[in-house]
Amino acid sequence: MKSNILARDAVPPITLPPAKTILDMLYYMKLTRELEFRIERKLYRQGKIVGGVYVGRGQEAIAVGSCIELRQDDVVCPSHRDMGAFLIRGMTLRTILAQYMARKTGASKGREGNMHMGDLSKNLIAFVSMLGDNVPVAAGIGLSFKMRGQDRVALCFFGDGATSRGDWHEGINMASVFKVPVVFICNNNQYAYSTPLERQMAVENVADRAQAYGLPGEIVDGNDILAVWDASTRAIETARAGKGPTLIECKTFRMTGHSAHDDAGYVPPELFEFWEERDPINRFEQFLTERGLISKPGIDDMQQRISHEIDEAILAAEKDPFPEPGDCLKDVYYEET
Amino acid sequence: MALTTYVEAIRQGIWEEMEKDERVFVLGEDVGIYGGAFKVTAGMLERFGEWRIIDTPISESGIVGAAIGAALMGMRPVAEMQFADFISCAFDQITNFAAKCRYRWGAGVPIVVRGPSGGGVHGGPFHSQNPEMYFVHTPGLKVVCPATAYDAKGLIKAAIRDPDPVIYFEHKFLYRRVKEDLPADDFVVPIGKAAIRRLGTDITVVTYGAMLYIALDAAKELEKEGIDLEVLDLRSLLPFDKEAVIESVKKTNKVILLHEDTQIGGFAGELAAIISEEAFEYLDGPIRRITAPDTPVPYSPPLEEFFLPKVSDVVRVAHELYAY
Repeated sequence: MKSNILARDAVPPITLPPAKTILDMLYYMKLTRELEFRIERKLYRQGKIVGGVYVGRGQEAIAVGSCIELRQDDVVCPSHRDMGAFLIRGMTLRTILAQYMARKTGASKGREGNMHMGDLSKNLIAFVSMLGDNVPVAAGIGLSFKMRGQDRVALCFFGDGATSRGDWHEGINMASVFKVPVVFICNNNQYAYSTPLERQMAVENVADRAQAYGLPGEIVDGNDILAVWDASTRAIETARAGKGPTLIECKTFRMTGHSAHDDAGYVPPELFEFWEERDPINRFEQFLTERGLISKPGIDDMQQRISHEIDEAILAAEKDPFPEPGDCLKDVYYEET
Repeated sequence: MALTTYVEAIRQGIWEEMEKDERVFVLGEDVGIYGGAFKVTAGMLERFGEWRIIDTPISESGIVGAAIGAALMGMRPVAEMQFADFISCAFDQITNFAAKCRYRWGAGVPIVVRGPSGGGVHGGPFHSQNPEMYFVHTPGLKVVCPATAYDAKGLIKAAIRDPDPVIYFEHKFLYRRVKEDLPADDFVVPIGKAAIRRLGTDITVVTYGAMLYIALDAAKELEKEGIDLEVLDLRSLLPFDKEAVIESVKKTNKVILLHEDTQIGGFAGELAAIISEEAFEYLDGPIRRITAPDTPVPYSPPLEEFFLPKVSDVVRVAHELYAY
């Protein structure tokens, strides 16, 4: 399984982000991990989340590393394993938890569950379950920036499985033809539900597909946040400079089943072991402590702070009301207020 | 004053909205240098430039997806499907993405997806379809089907200004066959309002699109025998003008539902249900449907002629209903 091998193993970029950014990176990765742990292993199992749950355990470096330096007016089109994007863009823990627990205060007022959250005021575009649909949408977002001469970029996320869909190809092609300021980021986690990569595509890398559409394709170690940061920062600069889109393939691994009800029995255990050793949070913590950028107690403090923030948010969200049944009928069309 | 054709009316409507609102732009296949397969966008490239009249790859789903993305960023895209038949390629983007954004997360998607539908020009199975019902069945969308030049212009303007996604089906048979004197001033036709095209007392014909002219021709013929048809042009299917339908049926007590689309799952079925729920006691005869048969649209002239509802069909059914 060649495609399981990392592109490169933890070679940090020559230029590091500023210290504040580095600590933010760790915070948002750990926040993502803990929040999704509570969602998947606690709230879901306690029956407090009644719908589907899809987490990105092991993939936290990708959304965090690529979104951390975006500007407020840049746009993110996350996929279903990019919790970090929502957190960095400022969606509150309470809003997110209320969304999962189907409350009126959730991002979709109870109309939707899980990661299907959006907020135009935060330039977050809600994902739909039809994988790859957000790719042409992101192309159109970039097109609107280009038409108006706006200095903005869009980041568009998807998994390896989505790259088998026609919309993905139409969107990537269009984005490249129009040279729009969009960075396409693939979470290549090796499995599309139960189907391994080699049954999804006959090429070795998702990035290889870029060549067919005339845009740069780059492969990075998706479990190395600095590598993700480095590649996406460069791609964002390229987009801002009017030089068009880039496809970044982040090699990673889905450390869970497809969803909370899937035990991933079809994944060979040695694969989990291989990737566990390359856990993006452990690796980053080691990198930071070795260089004295954070201490062990500092990490523990951060973890405690995160736990506390999530405890508070769960308490608040659990007290939030469910929507009124009649709210079912609202907001199908624009309503004068 | 020169009369304005239906196709020119659409062109004028888009043009005027583009002059007035810089957020409005057009994207689609061959809309730029070629001016569109039916010349709806002729001359626009020269006036508005390549970033507002955008020739795209042959990617209907991509076109609609890009329109959605731009609309979410505050633009007012008008996406052309070269033939309405091809809208099936964009079905997912329209029904899952565009139609549900407002409901799911409060984000309006003010796009217009327009294209030529309908038969009568020997286009065969893939250049003649009437795909409106796929979209009428999707909450969150609006669907309009203008039959006159006035409505073509007024509805495209209303569609462009609408805060929700509007699917605009223009009938290609009417492009250069119907024309009228249009007001010089800005006007819109509100979405969801029907128009009575002929006042009558005996039987109501509810229709839309090119079938309006079949109904009017039938009315002329029946007039000679003293049968007086009322002809109601829906203009919009989603939302549709239920009050206008019910009011007319209550007056004439007999109704024919006429459309060019095929029968099963066609709009006539929905109308029949509403009429029977809300005006049952006013009916003096069965609700009658005249539609295309449940087949693809065939190419060969004798086949296509058989397929399309005709004046003689309306006359025959009107006779039966009148005698009932």
